[in-house]
Amino acid sequence: MEVFDVRLHLLWSDLLIFLLVATLIAFGVHLARNPLVRARWAQVFESRIGAAGFIIVLFYVLVALVDSVHFQERLQSTTDSDAVHYSPESKSLLDLALAPMQGKDEKTYSAPFAIVSFAKETSDENGKVSRHYPRLTHGGQHLENPDEHLADVVVKSMNIIGLTLVPVLLIIGGHHLWVRRRASRLPWPVIYATTGSIVVIASWAMGMSEYYHVLGTDKVGQDVLYGAIKAVRTGVLIGTLATLITLPLAVLLGISAGYFKGWVDDVVQYIYTTLNSIPGILLIAASVLLIDVYIETHPEQFSLLSERADFKFIALCFILGMTSWTGLCRLLRAETLKLSQLEYVQAARAFGVSHWRIIMRHILPNTTHIILIALVLDFSGFVLAEAVLSYIGVGVDPSMKSWGNMINEARAELAREPVVWWSVMAAFILMFVLVLAANLFSDRVRDAFDPRMNGRGGDDS
Amino acid sequence: MLAYIIRRLIYAIPILIGVNLLTFALFFVVNTPDQMARVQLGDKHVTEEAIAEWKAQRGYDKPLLVNDEAEGLGVVTDTIFYEKSLSLFALDFGKSDAGRSIAADIQQRMWPSLAVALPTFVIGISVNIAFALFIVMFRASVFDTAAMVLCVALMSISGVFYVIAGQFFFAREWNLVPISGYLGGVDAWRFLLLPVIIGVISGIGGGTRLYRTLFLEEASKDYARTARAKGVPELTVLFRHILPNGMIPILTSVVVVIPSLFMGSLLVESFFGIPGLGSYTLDAIQSQDFAIVRSMVFLGSVLYILGLLLTDISYTLVDPRVRLS
Repeated sequence: MEVFDVRLHLLWSDLLIFLLVATLIAFGVHLARNPLVRARWAQVFESRIGAAGFIIVLFYVLVALVDSVHFQERLQSTTDSDAVHYSPESKSLLDLALAPMQGKDEKTYSAPFAIVSFAKETSDENGKVSRHYPRLTHGGQHLENPDEHLADVVVKSMNIIGLTLVPVLLIIGGHHLWVRRRASRLPWPVIYATTGSIVVIASWAMGMSEYYHVLGTDKVGQDVLYGAIKAVRTGVLIGTLATLITLPLAVLLGISAGYFKGWVDDVVQYIYTTLNSIPGILLIAASVLLIDVYIETHPEQFSLLSERADFKFIALCFILGMTSWTGLCRLLRAETLKLSQLEYVQAARAFGVSHWRIIMRHILPNTTHIILIALVLDFSGFVLAEAVLSYIGVGVDPSMKSWGNMINEARAELAREPVVWWSVMAAFILMFVLVLAANLFSDRVRDAFDPRMNGRGGDDS
Repeated sequence: MLAYIIRRLIYAIPILIGVNLLTFALFFVVNTPDQMARVQLGDKHVTEEAIAEWKAQRGYDKPLLVNDEAEGLGVVTDTIFYEKSLSLFALDFGKSDAGRSIAADIQQRMWPSLAVALPTFVIGISVNIAFALFIVMFRASVFDTAAMVLCVALMSISGVFYVIAGQFFFAREWNLVPISGYLGGVDAWRFLLLPVIIGVISGIGGGTRLYRTLFLEEASKDYARTARAKGVPELTVLFRHILPNGMIPILTSVVVVIPSLFMGSLLVESFFGIPGLGSYTLDAIQSQDFAIVRSMVFLGSVLYILGLLLTDISYTLVDPRVRLS
């Protein structure tokens, strides 16, 4: 069957992220049955900053999820044998969507929207040697006359934005009429503005990529915007995986230490004091180098380049998680110590309720706000950490697209004359928007769920 | 008090043993001494004899954790782990795998580290407190909201970008300071200026926000309300009442990092090429020099535990109601 000439090829990190997202959704649905929790979430989403931040983070997560569905294309068989071969290179669904940006490699750097190369070339025409900037092979090829360049960019941009804005405005208008008759307290203007801008900017970038390199090209002539968008998966996955992988450990150890006290408490405290007292970045750097050594000495376990990069990536998430679960563990221990002194827990114990039941029914539900706050606060920290780690050479595999790797290359680019600024700018903007949105959202979550914050209110409406 | 300190120091011993075990495991479980010897000798075609000699010179020719051949206590003591770890407790760091004296290296590299870390720490805290106090002065106003959004925005920028932007503008475009490097003596300030400024700026967002919360907590307490009700001017309330009381949580929370200032900052030092302890450690990790990494991790843990102890002591100093037990 010709329809099925692809084969699903999920990496371990793909499976993990889908599993974790599913768990997270199930957890959310479970929580939402509690009216008190629903009211708290409503408080988060009714604030303008909370709603806007959530939409932006959600958009990034969606991009990352779409980029996590990998498959291999079937190769055209050269012989008549029935053996089916698949391409060793795995693509993702996102690659299909970003098709306009791919396969249009230039020779080397070119500035955003440029039609000529960044580097001069010597050409030899009829014995006359001249040095000039050659036209790009793909960017702006449709232009006959280079003088129309600026006008063309403006006209094309206007066209695309106009074409997108009309349906977007219609949908918003229709939705507004529908929502007006309901008593919704969500900040709809902000929601419209955020989603609208995301849709317009995304379609503009996609549309313009048909003709130009919107954010220029990098050293080997690849589209920078494509690389920056592919890096979204790395950033989002590091944030989520590192936060969630070690969560069970932190919860288990923290609550048992606070509940059972005695020697359990001593052991748990010993473990986290020991881990804490090792400078975090040292521990990370040492562990990552070990992973490198392991991969080098066991090449037979990794058949594909992407599998090797993926193994290192998951290991990095584990390492990051390992160095950071101690904070949550300590908070949970303290909270459990407090909770287990309360009358209802004492009463449950007096009735002979089993330890497991007390923990599941009475302790754990009352610590969810701490877990939740820690989750959202850690996320942005890990995204930032990835950049720093890749920059000093202990981050994700260099073959993997990531903001840290982009910044790492920028070191040499910024020393050039004239300066190549677009790579580092692309990484900066995409990263800044994600981390800022996540930070603002997590602030609102903390305001809503932290009992100490109650009554003090947020910084905005 | 003295008894408490002594007990805490005794508690530190198992923690330090744990730290040693962990670093040891990290370096030896995946990476055998044979492989380390190959990396250090730097040649793909090293002979078995060369490796054996390298290991014997550095004492890596013994079993890792348990020596089955030895008798009695020797089962535990005649091993790499025991021999390499015990001397650390006497602060005898020995020689690096490349053959240099680690103690001498530390003494030499400590000063550049301190020269960057100490000014960054002191100026950083002062600037953050000043900003936080200024924002608290205009609390619950548009300025307050805007300043908080700005703080979150500053926090959302990766530290790497501060370094890149700083090096690009201050050093490359405006030629005010050297991009990186270090010189001893009086000229050092030219190399220190940029790292310190970058260090301070990158901490402003988080620091100011945290201190603002602490000051706001004080500002809503009864004593501040009473002072205002008496008709004390707002500025006096701020500086005479809120500032000294707000300083208590701030100071006790920063005490823990003071001993670790000696270790310097791994990132800043490697970005700016400052020959301090941070870059020393990073280089050692990259060249797989286990002796140095083990010593530095040990030193870092000792300083951290010292910091925790100092924190507890500082609580009793600022608040006589706290009793150590």
